[in-house]
Amino acid sequence: MTGARRLMFWSGVAALCAWVLVPIYLIALGAFGGRAAAFRWPKAFTLVNASLEQLATFLRIEGVWNAALNSVIAASLTMALSLLLGAPAGYALARYRFRGAGAFRLMVLLTRAFPLAILALPLTVVFIRAGLYDTPFGVALVHTALALPFAALVTAGLFAGIPRELEEAAWVFGCSRLQAFMRVVLPLALPGLAAAAIFAFVISWNEVFAASVLTVRNRTLTAYLLTVLAESPLHYRFAGGFVLIVPSVVFIFAVRRYLFALWGVSNR
Amino acid sequence: MAGIQIERVGKRFGGALALDSVSLDVADGEFVALLGPSGCGKTTLLRIVAGLETRSSGAVRIGGRDVSDLRPADRGLAMVFQNYAVFPHMTVFDNVAFGLRMQKKPREDIERKVRRAAALLQIEPYLDRYPAKLSGGQRQRVAVARALAVEPAVLLMDEPLSNLDALLRLEMRAELKSVLREAKTTTLYVTHDQTEAMGLADRIAVMQQGRIVQADAPTTVYSRPASTFVGGFVGSPPMNFVKVTASGRSARLDALDLRPPADGDLLLGFRGEDVQLVPPDEGMTFVVKVAEPMGSHLLLTGSAAGCPVRVVAPPTASVHAGDRLGLRPDPDRIAWMSQDSGLALDGHA
Ligand SMILES: Nc1ncnc2c1ncn2[C@@H]1O[C@H](COP(=O)(O)OP(=O)(O)O)[C@@H](O)[C@H]1O
Ligand SMILES: [Mg+2]
Repeated sequence: MTGARRLMFWSGVAALCAWVLVPIYLIALGAFGGRAAAFRWPKAFTLVNASLEQLATFLRIEGVWNAALNSVIAASLTMALSLLLGAPAGYALARYRFRGAGAFRLMVLLTRAFPLAILALPLTVVFIRAGLYDTPFGVALVHTALALPFAALVTAGLFAGIPRELEEAAWVFGCSRLQAFMRVVLPLALPGLAAAAIFAFVISWNEVFAASVLTVRNRTLTAYLLTVLAESPLHYRFAGGFVLIVPSVVFIFAVRRYLFALWGVSNR
Repeated sequence: MAGIQIERVGKRFGGALALDSVSLDVADGEFVALLGPSGCGKTTLLRIVAGLETRSSGAVRIGGRDVSDLRPADRGLAMVFQNYAVFPHMTVFDNVAFGLRMQKKPREDIERKVRRAAALLQIEPYLDRYPAKLSGGQRQRVAVARALAVEPAVLLMDEPLSNLDALLRLEMRAELKSVLREAKTTTLYVTHDQTEAMGLADRIAVMQQGRIVQADAPTTVYSRPASTFVGGFVGSPPMNFVKVTASGRSARLDALDLRPPADGDLLLGFRGEDVQLVPPDEGMTFVVKVAEPMGSHLLLTGSAAGCPVRVVAPPTASVHAGDRLGLRPDPDRIAWMSQDSGLALDGHA
């Protein structure tokens, strides 16, 4: 790399890091720095008087643990459902040629273009009738709809990357289709499937609109915090934000290698 | 042990005809090479035998049993894929053991057979390694060992040597031949490399545009090609074809008298090494354009009677570009063809 290109490369890297890291850092500052840090202006970029007090207080807020549990349930269900429904679709897209495969791909993506706000009212009505309203399972259903396109397309890429001949070799050497999938395709796809699953989990964990509309008492953490923290002092909001961010960041960090692999940057 | 009968198998991909009523018998223990240019349908035929591709018509029997509608797993065969298809998430041992494990063989049995196949293919030192740590040649051996370990009645191979470099290919070819002869496995071997087919096979089935145009012993295919296509595809240099017009079962080319089996517009087919070099006034006139010393022989490229001709001369012959020579093809080794159909005249095929 020449000097100029090197400079551009690293400034790009720095800008991207700053884009993500600075807000997280500021939230952490607010969360640990206490009332003073949250309200101070101009912002200090170092932590003075770090304390776990607001975090502890925040975690003692009534209903937080229950909401967190709801979030975990909804996210886990979303993860399981979107993978169970999305992976077979991805497999079909990757392995079979059928009329309209391209259109199907596009349709899958277009579901994301449909604004949830328009759906909210009719969905609420239907959910109330079906007894799904105000349950983590109902929230998980909507979140699955959000995560499914992603799961189907990502797993399609994943399966397409596993040579068909490997599966065929398994058939020739005595496997049924299911056995070949379990013994050859699944082990090879597993890291990617895990990454896709965790992505679905994070999508559900972070989603707030549908969760707010479809629950009243059994709120997920995001929906709960949205209502509770709106009336709380600023430093508690920071603490809440921090608690929300941490699991996502940890999960994404844990599977970063497989996400890189998904996006074609392997062996990093 | 079992033979393979391919009975009038046809295959269409949409509108395109890939196989046109192909029939072929491979006897028990026989090694047949499917030879043909790229795109002629070799892989398609092999995959239909394996059950990896559906056929449009016809039937496939293995050991007398109609397997046309069976799953690949139930056909009792093994296959070596062109790109090896070695399982990357298994060690070499597990790869070789894969078929045996699927057959639920006892543990000691598996161990013994894997070791034997590994010894045969000389991959014992790598049994604990993963394929990513192996070279192309080693992976190829693993693929063959995996196929041989199950002691298949029928072995299918799709250009297994095509991804290797020239030297390794020569070496593996010899090894394959000795290994398979020992195992007496019925083998159908796809290749587009005619030297490979000549060297390995008991019989060569030459394919052209979805048909088998000749299936004979290598020497027969070489010296008695069924058509100009076969003569031109098999052998290096390819067979020479010189245009001749015959009447009264006789023809004359320059100073050469010929006794063709038919009248009309014919092609005189002869191999470059089946000619005698004589003075210009005693044979058909051959004008040398290029003389290439190949070490083992001298390759002469030129023309006779307006047709391109290649002649293999002894390495010591003193012939130079621009020389005029006479050619006398060995009458016993002449292959006569019809100019119209391009097919052989003398009753072969
Ligand atoms: N899955 C497929 N779909 C459509 N056409 C195919 C397919 N597989 C092979 N063909 C066509 O069938 C013909 C024979 O192919 P193939 O058997 O692979 O040839 P070879 O192995 O002799 O090179 C080719 O024209 C090829 O384009
Ligand atoms: Mg092929």
